Amino acid sequence: MAYQVRINGELRELDVPEDMPLLWAIRNEIGLLGTKFGCGMGLCGACTVHVDGVAQRSCSLPVGSIGTAEVTTIEGLGDTEIGRALQQVWVEEDVMQCGYCQAGQLMNASALLKRNPAPNARQIDAAMSGNICRCACYTRIRDAIAQVADKGAKANV
Amino acid sequence: MSEQIEQRGPQLSRRGLLRAGVLAGGGLALTASLPMVARAAVTGAGAAVQPATLNAYVTIGADNIITIAAKNPEVGQGIKTMLPMLIAEEMDADWDMVRIEQAEFNPAKYGMQLAGGSFSTPMNWIPMRQVGAATRAMLVQAAALRWGVPVAGLKAEKGKIVEISSGRSLSFGDVAADAALVPVPDLASVPLKADKDFTIIGRSIAGIDSQRIVEGKPIFGVDTMLPGMRYAAFERAPIFGAKLVSANLDAARAVPGVEDVFVLEGGDNPELLVDGVAIIAKNWWIANKAREQLEIEWDGGQWASHSTAGYDAKAQELFGQAPTSDIAVSGDVDAAFAAAAKVVEADYSYPFLAHVPMEPQNCTSLLREDGVMEMWAPTQMPQAGHGGVCQQLGLAPEKVVVHITRMGGGFGRRLTNDFMVQSAAIAAKKPGVPIQLIWSRQDDLRSDFYRPGGYHRLRAALDESGKLTGFDGHFVTFSTGGKVNFNAAMGGKEFPIHFLDNLRYRQSAIDTRVPMGSLRAPQSNALSFVQQSFLDEVAREQGRDLPALMLELLASRDEFPEENGFLGKQPGFSPKRATAVIEKALQMGGWEGRTDGNRRAKGFGFYFSHLGYFAEVVEASVDARGQVSVHNVWAAGDVGRHIINPFGAMNQVEGAIIDGIGQALALAVQIESGAVVQSNFHDYPIPRIPATPQIEVEFIKSDNDPTGLGEPALPPVIPALTNAIFAATGKRIRSLPIDKAQLV
Ligand code: FES
Ligand code: FES
Repeated sequence: MAYQVRINGELRELDVPEDMPLLWAIRNEIGLLGTKFGCGMGLCGACTVHVDGVAQRSCSLPVGSIGTAEVTTIEGLGDTEIGRALQQVWVEEDVMQCGYCQAGQLMNASALLKRNPAPNARQIDAAMSGNICRCACYTRIRDAIAQVADKGAKANV
Repeated sequence: MSEQIEQRGPQLSRRGLLRAGVLAGGGLALTASLPMVARAAVTGAGAAVQPATLNAYVTIGADNIITIAAKNPEVGQGIKTMLPMLIAEEMDADWDMVRIEQAEFNPAKYGMQLAGGSFSTPMNWIPMRQVGAATRAMLVQAAALRWGVPVAGLKAEKGKIVEISSGRSLSFGDVAADAALVPVPDLASVPLKADKDFTIIGRSIAGIDSQRIVEGKPIFGVDTMLPGMRYAAFERAPIFGAKLVSANLDAARAVPGVEDVFVLEGGDNPELLVDGVAIIAKNWWIANKAREQLEIEWDGGQWASHSTAGYDAKAQELFGQAPTSDIAVSGDVDAAFAAAAKVVEADYSYPFLAHVPMEPQNCTSLLREDGVMEMWAPTQMPQAGHGGVCQQLGLAPEKVVVHITRMGGGFGRRLTNDFMVQSAAIAAKKPGVPIQLIWSRQDDLRSDFYRPGGYHRLRAALDESGKLTGFDGHFVTFSTGGKVNFNAAMGGKEFPIHFLDNLRYRQSAIDTRVPMGSLRAPQSNALSFVQQSFLDEVAREQGRDLPALMLELLASRDEFPEENGFLGKQPGFSPKRATAVIEKALQMGGWEGRTDGNRRAKGFGFYFSHLGYFAEVVEASVDARGQVSVHNVWAAGDVGRHIINPFGAMNQVEGAIIDGIGQALALAVQIESGAVVQSNFHDYPIPRIPATPQIEVEFIKSDNDPTGLGEPALPPVIPALTNAIFAATGKRIRSLPIDKAQLV
């Protein structure tokens, strides 16, 4: 099936079966490699992208279901202020070990801060609990999100 | 080389410099052949010091950009940042000008290129600094020649060579080309900086690839993308050791998008190729999905009946029989038990575990026209993978080229390179086509080299006064073809061996085809639980706590002498260092003021592994439904006099602690009908963010060379947790993972 999907603001042509998960269209067809495969069953969050600004697991999202929605991948994260702020703190605080889960973590964290700019610790945990980090960088993921939220709150005062 | 320079005299000719090969960018590669370095390469347990040829670590551009090659594979342990820090330190480089590149796989050039065993730090601490110091000496020499002044009046400082008297300076980039022609000093005698002069070692430096990672740049093995590349999925037998009897590939071949389906005939060694069917498609999802259409008949033979329940029963049976070998025997154990006023007895067990690194196994291979198999491999041990591929395909070593890629975690899984062999075997059938093999998470969980399970029957004899007078252990472990794998073994130095006069630890083994391998802190990650939990039982029987027993036992022995280990000569166990971290952890964790029994309590654990000493206090609570929450962990560690990169160090320690807690709380690989039951994160639940405790870490900087941190923080946290659960509930955890039902 032929599809046109808008990814990071660009219209992309796809010719794939309609039930192909978006993840595999993004990675193998389009060649955007930042979005990661971790479990293929919606269990780990490594493949998280935004669909119309909402965090979704691209391994469990058929290409045929995207329609005209706007897809943002990690490659487009830096286009938003929240995204840039997260990227900066992530590097400064040395959040990651292997880094493989981090695209998913960042996409989920940015979706969280978009809907709740000042989450408390419990809310951060709840929102991020779908993202596994096998290296267990959890203390730093927590702190980094809190730091960005804190900076945002200060900027808005 | 030294002759060359003498002929030319102090004034280097410009033409000579140009002939030396100026890079396109105007800089010069310092491709000097640095002489052999002792300690750099070791090939196996007990191996004596072996030489390794080093060169080409440093390239300096005219723009002063210093490119340093990181020799070992990066698996998330931070080595790609850390090893170049050692070189840059001794060079007196300006860290801001340093760029790091993953070294190619080339053992002739770089010696052992390994990510495992927490070996990278101790193996490279001196050699990498020597490389840096030699490079600095060459730069200084070049400046001296340029100015026509003696070397003695010059110093290197933050990327410059400065003349001390005049203050004039040349940048590294200014003299790099000249430096490349200077004789290479003898690495073994090149002077190293004094610790007090370190400006890079000890600095918190963020991972060198972090920026690229947060931008989603392709950097991992699975991000390899080559023109015309195809994807492969591989269906192997679910039962370990099974053989392929017949396969009908027609339905899979008919799947739209599938380009090829073929059988690969393997052998018995799971580290090489095993029987299976490869499916090739333009998109991995299509290849993987087509597996559902395969009709394969497997013959599992005798192994098809193997199960965890069967192993449990077999262990009980073996406990009833005489052990078959000795691990350690001293004194008169039977007499100690005959004279005992009290005997403490307990059985402990722990399950098989999987690694599940976040990036599923994958490897990209291309059989080139010139007959070379070119591979892009996320491997912790490229040398072993390279060897495996050569062996499987009958290729000469120079016919296999391996590119080391960053890895999305490893935890020991990628020390075994079956996925590389599989990938090459598939690519060998499709000459000229680059093929990326990817495993599903299910493949990963069901085709691992597992942390072996094990069973221990332990007895301790106490005399009238409560003194520990005898120890008797029977360890039932696993073997393959009668051989006990390193990871299933127990060393003859396991505490309290050597700390008690009358001690006996003996062993029996159950034969299995379940592949076994190293999981972060191999052996230690299981033995720590058994040892420190049982000693906690003994201490409580004595009316005191585990730290008191540990400190008493440790005080009874002097420092152990140097010994021959994987690293050649390495320091022996130090009761003093152990004592210091124990005392530190107790102080950090507020051990004095702790109370037992209100379903929230503190527990303690100590363990020495991979040359690192760690003592940890865990505070945990157990709710009415048996749900365990870990609130706090205090960890004191001693890995020598320097924490080279505190950022990386903290990441390793925190990660190890959460990893250990996760294993204890929930993880087990079970075998049924010869195959692994677990298939993904729903039934192999890796810890998630809400389970993360507060973690406080302190390092004791003892006067010892720095050692690795990938592993030693993990082992003690498991018994610290189970001992905390005992303190909170009075229920003794003797089997992992922790059974909630037992805690209600
Ligand atoms: S790969 Fe999509 S949730 Fe794990
Ligand atoms: S950093 Fe390795 S999985 Fe998260």
